[in-house]
Amino acid sequence: MVEFMQFTLSGIVFGMIYSAIALSLVLIWRGTRLLNFAQGGMAMFTTFVAIEVIYKTGNYWAGFAAALAAGLVLGAVAEVIVIRPTIGKPQLNSVIVTIGLLIGLEGLAGILYGSQYRSFPSSFSITGIHLGRTPLGVSTSDVFVVVAVLAATLVLAVAFRYTSAGLRMRAAAFNATVARLSGIRVARVLTLGWALAGLLGALAGLLVSPSTFLYPNSMDTIFVFGFTAAVLGGLDSPAGAVVGGLILGVGLSYVGGYLGSGLTAIFAMALLVLTLMLRPAGIFSSGRLRQV
Amino acid sequence: MRRTLAGVIIAAVIVVILSVRLNAFRDYQIAEIAIDVTAVAGLTVLTGLSGQISLGHGAFMAIGAYTTALLLLHLNWPFIVVLLIAAAATAAAGAIVGVAAARLYGPYLAGATLMLGVALPSLANAYPSIFGGDQGLSVAFTTPAFLGASFPPTRWQAWVSVAVALVTLTLLANLSRSRIGRNWRAVRDDEVAAALAGINVAAARVLAFVVSAACAGLAGSLLAVVTALVAPGDFTITVSITLLTAAVIGGLGTLPGAIWGAMVVVLLQTYITDVATSHGLSATVGANIPVAAYGLILIVVMLAFPLGIQGAIRKLFTGFVSSPLRDSPPQRDGPPQKEGTQ
Repeated sequence: MVEFMQFTLSGIVFGMIYSAIALSLVLIWRGTRLLNFAQGGMAMFTTFVAIEVIYKTGNYWAGFAAALAAGLVLGAVAEVIVIRPTIGKPQLNSVIVTIGLLIGLEGLAGILYGSQYRSFPSSFSITGIHLGRTPLGVSTSDVFVVVAVLAATLVLAVAFRYTSAGLRMRAAAFNATVARLSGIRVARVLTLGWALAGLLGALAGLLVSPSTFLYPNSMDTIFVFGFTAAVLGGLDSPAGAVVGGLILGVGLSYVGGYLGSGLTAIFAMALLVLTLMLRPAGIFSSGRLRQV
Repeated sequence: MRRTLAGVIIAAVIVVILSVRLNAFRDYQIAEIAIDVTAVAGLTVLTGLSGQISLGHGAFMAIGAYTTALLLLHLNWPFIVVLLIAAAATAAAGAIVGVAAARLYGPYLAGATLMLGVALPSLANAYPSIFGGDQGLSVAFTTPAFLGASFPPTRWQAWVSVAVALVTLTLLANLSRSRIGRNWRAVRDDEVAAALAGINVAAARVLAFVVSAACAGLAGSLLAVVTALVAPGDFTITVSITLLTAAVIGGLGTLPGAIWGAMVVVLLQTYITDVATSHGLSATVGANIPVAAYGLILIVVMLAFPLGIQGAIRKLFTGFVSSPLRDSPPQRDGPPQKEGTQ
């Protein structure tokens, strides 16, 4: 029973990280109808920026802020330089371009920082919390993971709902042509979407790296899990992304805990394929099928 | 048909002459290029002709390679039999993936195949008693007795790899000119129109996956005997993306393009590693420069030269006569999106 609770709690922690990646994918999908396969690579790169700043300054939070800022800039720059030219071209082109961005960043990280596994510091203590005498299997640092992702999600949700920039983004995602006719500069709005997605990805990278180590390919698996979470919740739905991440995180935690950690990726793949076969618009879709 | 055969014979003669004159390392490189040609040809048919992308072709190579290693290790059957079984096993896996993929398009398919590329090699670590875990399985491959004991094994491997690559290219060239190839192009260009013309769209798409996977399986099988080792590290996402890079550089959907792409990828890697080490850069840096270069190439080619090397060559020969390209890359790879219904 204690074991089950520990698996559940640590699943929630990892689930929040998948949620953050999923949210960043949803943010871009709603605006541009394309999947950013470089999201994981961008997160890996910004986390390397964090590690460099932490080494230089000795301050974790300086690195944290630097990574978030780098994510914001990287997202915006990527959209302007490589994504914008693919708009209006076949969808395959934009997929291949983001793949190019992914391995370009992975190669660059390998050149600049080497391919060896690096440990990444965590924000708070990593000793387990006890409830009375039972260990919960999570630490203060894990609590921070949950709080940070929830806070980012809430801020984004409020911003989308109540700010004029948020309104413009929703309008552009709902119908780009009408938005453009109403005087919204859709291109700028898309850049902002990519920047915010870059920021969320950077957050995910910072939060996951203490438990996975950091190396050029370290975010590959996290990215495909985030993608699975996004599909699970529906690529159109930010709330679905968060719930999808939680379901996937807890599910993978049980599989890893009870069946062996080597099977988590296969389980995630099975879940992804089942979702795409049975409910391609996500488990919260209203039944209206979208063509996938 | 006659042109393909002539090309194959010329290529075979060139390779035999080269392999006799050059050293063992060059033989290894020839084998490497032939392996890449086999896999890239399959991928370029899948993506360029049938319009389906795969970011997980490394997984199919892994299936071919592990099948080969296990059969040679436990049963020690003749290599030609093992090669065919490896191709059949991979084709079966391709059929399963293809059935799942037939309903997906564009980004969804890309994500699902990327997942396959991440998940499948991890099985090797989940069942280390069968697949040898991270260390992998070693593969013994001997040259046939009639060549004599002094025949360099790398030369034999190069010959075998090139033979497989040429046979694969010939078969694919015929296939793409047949009714099946036309069906693929029709499905790629307009699914609805293809269905109205009586083409079974789902079957065409699954068949493309089967053919493409079989090619990757052959390549994986060759890779197993040429490198004498099969380990999960040989089939990372980077490998799958490198195959895609080669197909894109050469020009998606063209078989000669697969040859150019494979040569660029293999030779670029060796050349950059050589230059990096001679300039005193570390091995890690030398190994990562090609990866970064692939990324840059993918972006630049896709944005500026979507027809790749083969497209440039064709343009050179056809001059300024503006003829509609028969093998133009996919114009659209999904059902038409209606504005405002999302």
